[in-house]
Amino acid sequence: MNNYSNRRFIIGGIFAFVILIFLIRLFNIQIVNDQYKLSAESNSQRRVTQYAARGLIYDRNGELLVYNQAAYDIMIIPRQVKIFDTLDFCNLLGIEKEDVIKRIRKAKKYSRYRSSIFMKQISSERYAVLQEKLYKFPGFFVQTRTLRKYPHHNAAHTLGYLGEVNDKHIKRDKYYSKGDYIGKSGLENTYESVLRGAKGLKVYWVDVYNRIKGSFHDGDLDKNAVEGQNITTTLDITLQEYGEKLMQNKKGGIVAIEPNTGEILVKLSSPGYDPEMFVGRAMSENYRELANNDTLRPLFDRSMMATYAPGSIFKLVQALIALQEGIITPHTRFKCHNGYHVGRFTQKCHHHKSPLDLKESIQHSCNAYYAQTFRNILDAPRFGSVSESYTNWRRHITSFGFGGRLGTDLPSELTGFIPKASYHAKQLKTKNWKSLNIVSMAIGQGPLLITPLQMANMVSCIANRGYYYIPHIVKSIGDDGIIDPKFLEKQQTTIDPKYFEPVIDGMDLVVHGEDGTGRSAAIKDIRVCGKTGTVENPHGDDHSVFVAFAPRENPKIAIVVYVENGVWGSRYAAPISGLMIEKYLKGKISKNKKYLEKRMLDADLIHIEKDKEE
Amino acid sequence: MNRRVSLIKNLDWITIMLYAMLVFLGWINIYAAVYNEDHQSIFDATQRYGKQLIWIGAAFFIAIIILTIESKFYSAFAYPTLILMVVLLLAVLVFGVKVNGARSWFQLGTIRFQPAEFAKFATNLAIARYLSQHNFKIHKIKSLFITGLILFTPAVLILMQNDTGSALVYSIFVLVLYREGLSGFVLFLALLAAIFFVLTLIYSSFTVAILIIAIAAVSLKMIGVQVKQIVIAFGILAGSFGTLWLINKGTDLQLENFSLVVIAILLNTIPFLVHIYRQKITKAAMVLLMVIGSLFYTFSVSYIFNKILEPHHQKRINELLGIQSDPYGAGYNVNQSKIAIGSGGFSGKGFLNGTQTKFNFVPEQSTDFIFCTVGEEWGFLGSGVVLLLLLGLILRLLFLAERQRSSFSRIYGYGVAAILFFHIAINVGMTIGLAPVIGIPLPFFSYGGSSLWSFTILLFIFLRLDANRLELLR
Repeated sequence: MNNYSNRRFIIGGIFAFVILIFLIRLFNIQIVNDQYKLSAESNSQRRVTQYAARGLIYDRNGELLVYNQAAYDIMIIPRQVKIFDTLDFCNLLGIEKEDVIKRIRKAKKYSRYRSSIFMKQISSERYAVLQEKLYKFPGFFVQTRTLRKYPHHNAAHTLGYLGEVNDKHIKRDKYYSKGDYIGKSGLENTYESVLRGAKGLKVYWVDVYNRIKGSFHDGDLDKNAVEGQNITTTLDITLQEYGEKLMQNKKGGIVAIEPNTGEILVKLSSPGYDPEMFVGRAMSENYRELANNDTLRPLFDRSMMATYAPGSIFKLVQALIALQEGIITPHTRFKCHNGYHVGRFTQKCHHHKSPLDLKESIQHSCNAYYAQTFRNILDAPRFGSVSESYTNWRRHITSFGFGGRLGTDLPSELTGFIPKASYHAKQLKTKNWKSLNIVSMAIGQGPLLITPLQMANMVSCIANRGYYYIPHIVKSIGDDGIIDPKFLEKQQTTIDPKYFEPVIDGMDLVVHGEDGTGRSAAIKDIRVCGKTGTVENPHGDDHSVFVAFAPRENPKIAIVVYVENGVWGSRYAAPISGLMIEKYLKGKISKNKKYLEKRMLDADLIHIEKDKEE
Repeated sequence: MNRRVSLIKNLDWITIMLYAMLVFLGWINIYAAVYNEDHQSIFDATQRYGKQLIWIGAAFFIAIIILTIESKFYSAFAYPTLILMVVLLLAVLVFGVKVNGARSWFQLGTIRFQPAEFAKFATNLAIARYLSQHNFKIHKIKSLFITGLILFTPAVLILMQNDTGSALVYSIFVLVLYREGLSGFVLFLALLAAIFFVLTLIYSSFTVAILIIAIAAVSLKMIGVQVKQIVIAFGILAGSFGTLWLINKGTDLQLENFSLVVIAILLNTIPFLVHIYRQKITKAAMVLLMVIGSLFYTFSVSYIFNKILEPHHQKRINELLGIQSDPYGAGYNVNQSKIAIGSGGFSGKGFLNGTQTKFNFVPEQSTDFIFCTVGEEWGFLGSGVVLLLLLGLILRLLFLAERQRSSFSRIYGYGVAAILFFHIAINVGMTIGLAPVIGIPLPFFSYGGSSLWSFTILLFIFLRLDANRLELLR
């Protein structure tokens, strides 16, 4: 009937041929080729990370500041979970039944066969009880983690905190994997590579039900964890704690440095926060609260990141430069009639005797004296133009560490701002600007911006009579005690040591002179040299600032106290500095200053200010 | 009573057995693929395996209905059925819902229905009806035109739904046409086209052009052209090409080498034809025509591929041909699928013990990639058995088709075998990396009511026709 019926063989042949090709291909990938089995095998290993204990952190006297506490994550492999006594389980973990169901559902959504976190960071007490009963709950196991713990609840900004790594960290450094912790700020951040140690790894065989069947390849792939190195900081935690107490209910910062080493004794920013707030489960919530809902910005480290105008304390450097440049001698006198007057221009000053010499000008913080001096520096014929003189002046200023990062071993240090000559030309729209145009800089106002850390470093320079060491926070690392050699290098200022004594005389008078502005910083038997500052604040009450070092010979401490809205340097900053120095050098506060201490502790500038606003 | 007895006696129980075995194995493997600890019962109707059991029950019911319908009905209603399906295909373009980017489903409450699946048997009926007409002559233009109309109407509509896989199924009717007398040359051309397609993409158009010319040279020798003449002709071609190449270098035209070859040949076409006419070697003209045709085809392939195909199609084809390797992107499915199947080894990991498929490494586990579960859990043995069962079924269908007295039944039978074959070849080929990833189900295995029912209808209509093979002659 049909001529083409033989074609059935061709068509059938095509069918059979294709199936044959498939069978050959299957034979090849299922039996001959191992590659696919190996790929599948990688799914039948369980790689368990061995977390390394993070290095501990001590203060300069060996006091423990940060240590580790074991925390226990409860892990779940949904597939292995069998029916269990939910009530018992809930009691053990202190959660509701609905919560359990929700968590299991979440884990199942991730994977039925792979482990995921069922509950984060249960306490060791709960763990102790749970451990005994864990066999009753198949599918659950415990993974140990370490959390940071703080015996002292201070120096949060300096110590920093840990947080879970994000995708960027993982991309940048292969060491990290999802769920790891990394130092996000402070010491934890700068010394991350030292503190973290090295993770280890254990590889197990698991069967299809993910049950461990033994060590993979006899442990050839296993790697032991290496503990992180310990760090000893330069902080004096007792002093730090005292400083934080004194600064309670005030905005501002304190930095204290040991001048002959550059070691930071105290570094605080107020208001601060308790480092424990950033540990474990509560972290993200607390962080959100502090970062977004607190108008006082407790996360902001004022000691290194706040840039203030320096105010009158800047006169110290002005005096030193003028001496170095030969503009004045210690005996140069200027008149002051309640201010500095040129034509219609007036730079106000408060009432004091007139005329006065250098040390008296410091004692009384005379504005006219420094307006005249600064103008003389800039108008000196030696450099031909104001702009050139200014550049020379700026060279001196920056040798004190102003206008740039000091290079300390903490992250997020800001540079502050010392304008270049070109800045003024731009601002004043002329290349031939005059010294009078920027005369407000003479007394530390105008465009100048300086961080408290830089202020402390300036005092360090004066205490050392001409040099400083880069302020740093770490005294020794690990067993060898090695730190970055740059912290051991003397940084010279451009000022000859012989010019410091007259200025220090003035600072001595500030504290001990008859009507010195910093008398409240005086301490019995100790020669404190200081300088008050009151920084004009267009947004509210003026800021109160005080710098000091002590004792006068062989100084042990250089300090800056900056109290926002503290009105006068002498009102808060000077007494707090005095108390800090006394605490550090004597270990306790003498009886006759107890009333002062109490007044400082009780002073509340934050809530008053708020009341005013309301 | 008598009729029913004879129907049962005349049914091809071998086919039914194969069908039942495949459906059962499919169900078992769906259970394994989406196995769920919380719902361990294979009868749990909230899970896919439970649902599949319902579809299977319904499929048996459908099969019985089909078998009780008079067989004349199928040929009589072949055209109306197709028209109905075309209407449904049009309607789904308007009223359908989108699933995975294809607008090919009707949604009725919670039940979805895919008309493209049912268009297959309707088209097959219509083709069988048309080709079995007495006045049908395959090489008449009109016949070819109407055949094309029957095939392309549903195919184009399905293509418009963005369901490329289901549309491509209609290409397999070329086997049916071949059985009914279409020249073998067409099959050969189709094969050649496929080879050139792959070569053009893997190598360059220029390489393929050289290959075409080499084949032409051999062909000329085979049809008896003197070697000397061939050498002279190709010398002329080479000379033209060289000249063009130099011109191209010297000027700023920046033509591709492939274009130069084409221009060289076109320039020489007239002189060659004149020469052929004088020497009376007409067959050589055919060769020349073939060369030009092939070059045009090669050009179209690279043009269509680069300019017309969508990027994800390009990627899938590149992945398949090994031009690009991207195991986590376009190649992810296939790579994971190969790992799953490959890890099955000789005898598999055992029922419900597959790790790769359980971890959801392979997407579309229970539908398009169901063969992975077979490969992983039952190994080479199991997948081999399944393939042989499928081959057994389609060969059995060929055998049944050939024993029909009615050409309508025979053609329909061939259609069934061809459609099943296409699905098997593409679906299994895709899971083991031998075919591009085109989402079409594995007959009787893949999860889904529409596909199971459509294959059941397709098959059982043929079994009904076969049961009547002795009674009528059409």
